[in-house]
Amino acid sequence: MPLYALKLAIRHLLAHRGQTSLLVAGVALGVSVFVFISALIGGLAELLTARTVGSIPHIVLEAAERRPQSSWGGDGAQIVRQKDLGRRDQIPVWEPLIEVIERTPNVTAVSPQIAGGAFIERGEAVKPVSVVGVMPDKLSAIADIAGAIVSGSGDLPPDGILVGSRLADDLDLRVGQVLRIASDRGRSRSLRVQGIFTLGIGSADRQTAYINFTAARALFDLPTGVTRIEVKVSPATGADGIAARLQRSTGLDAIPWTRENSQLFEGLDAQARTGLIIKTFALVTIVVGIASAMLLSIARRQAEIGIMRAMGASKALVVTIYLIEGTLLGVAGGLMGASLAWLALLPFPPVDEAQVGALPIDRAQGDFLLAILLTSLAAMLASLLPARRAARIDPVDAIGT
Amino acid sequence: MTKSPILIVEDLTKSFGSGEHEVRVLKGIDLAITRGEVVALLGPSGSGKSTLLNIIGTLMRASGGRHEMLGVDLSAASDAERTRFRSTRLGFVFQFHHLLLDLSALENVMMPAAAAAGRETHSMRERAKDLLAAVGLADRIDYRPAALSGGQRQRVAVARALINRPALVLADEPTGNLDRESSDRVMDLLLRINADTQTSFLISTHDEQIARRCHRRVNILDGKMFEGRAQR
Repeated sequence: MPLYALKLAIRHLLAHRGQTSLLVAGVALGVSVFVFISALIGGLAELLTARTVGSIPHIVLEAAERRPQSSWGGDGAQIVRQKDLGRRDQIPVWEPLIEVIERTPNVTAVSPQIAGGAFIERGEAVKPVSVVGVMPDKLSAIADIAGAIVSGSGDLPPDGILVGSRLADDLDLRVGQVLRIASDRGRSRSLRVQGIFTLGIGSADRQTAYINFTAARALFDLPTGVTRIEVKVSPATGADGIAARLQRSTGLDAIPWTRENSQLFEGLDAQARTGLIIKTFALVTIVVGIASAMLLSIARRQAEIGIMRAMGASKALVVTIYLIEGTLLGVAGGLMGASLAWLALLPFPPVDEAQVGALPIDRAQGDFLLAILLTSLAAMLASLLPARRAARIDPVDAIGT
Repeated sequence: MTKSPILIVEDLTKSFGSGEHEVRVLKGIDLAITRGEVVALLGPSGSGKSTLLNIIGTLMRASGGRHEMLGVDLSAASDAERTRFRSTRLGFVFQFHHLLLDLSALENVMMPAAAAAGRETHSMRERAKDLLAAVGLADRIDYRPAALSGGQRQRVAVARALINRPALVLADEPTGNLDRESSDRVMDLLLRINADTQTSFLISTHDEQIARRCHRRVNILDGKMFEGRAQR
């Protein structure tokens, strides 16, 4: 039965080329919207995520906070232990932990750091800065500082400092100049500007300076420990799970990037839901378009269907013909729409090559196959009701004998 | 020796509507047709001719009475069984050709057989060609109905009615839409097929000349049947 039904369905579609072309074009338009929106929403999410997490640590490990504690003593007395402020927040024994962290699956980079607040003095100007002491070989482990250098080099000798470009502008700093830096621990020393970087993140470019790990020990008066360990993972979206795992294995507080960027997540989620709604509307349009066109076609072909039924065609054959017709429209429209969308997306560069202001479209997230499959399925479902209606046509009424 | 009938209809009734609005179209029809018989069914418009043909053709169910063909009780058969029976044992020719406009003459002739089998076969194609040759359209097999004259379309419809080698062909005013010359050619064709294949025909007509050429005539008047010429 399917073979003969297929022949009749194709014959009918080809016999009414104008109507078939219009229908296929309508479906193709819906599919193009579906693919384009998928590529746009996916690309936008990828760009925002990459921009957000590209230059920040995915997980920050810090010494577990010493919170106030209370417990019940003898005779019903409550003993309260206040937060211990008598010791510095640091990770005193950190080297063994680095190995533990590096061995954790999905961890791609680890950078122990000594960070703190400081002031840079130049002439009469004093600017507060956030100083990060890193091992020279780990300079670009978290943010690509070396790649962001706009002047000088990314080398970090013990007497060197890298400063953000806005900070350099504010203090009129140039490569090779010497500046004085005083830490919040009351230590100070002179450092030479090795390089100036632009990360494109305002706070980093205006307030952050990188110095050598050894220099940081002296500046922040921390002879053995580190203040934090920054970690990169892949994929960045898996940071929550890995953070929980690292917290268990190291005993440190592990803070994933998602905790500090919940607004971004909400934004991406809202964007994804908006995309889903648009795609759903595109699919609904396809279903309604095909169903109404098929119903019209059936109304016009009542006599024909009646004749076939009178000549002994079973209801199942009539249903199959219309299901195949609808599915063929969906497949043809899906293929054409996906091809059109592919062509339309060609001029857009990949997300990682997109210039500022360009549409961040990711062709790989265009859901081409899904669009074709969903459209074909939707078209088949859309033709189910008309097909069943066609099968119920009474031959006597239809042919008017 | 008397031939046994292939079609038996006894006390057949058909009503539409119910209660006060009930309209009784057939009021106890008796009819038997034997193999190879050509029967003319006459009656004025609205007398119930088409309703009777529809019931005999299993396109409609009777309200009461016996309807049996080739030993099958069609009044008790399911819809699917009746559809199957219709596709293999009955042929139809209508006043309007009712050909499928998207198919060629050859494909139209094959359609009832292909619909029953689910596919077109070589043997179907050969038989359809033979039938089209028999109705004088061997050179028109690839023509679409739109490219054929009224008489040619009706001849294609006759060939289509015969594709499944039916025992009985029901023809509802088969020449009603044709001029005299075309009518005679179609009637010649039906009688030739009847002589060659012993296929039975029940032909509904208003045309006295057509009725005269049949083996037997029955009349319907006010839902009742009379053999021979109707008496009011």
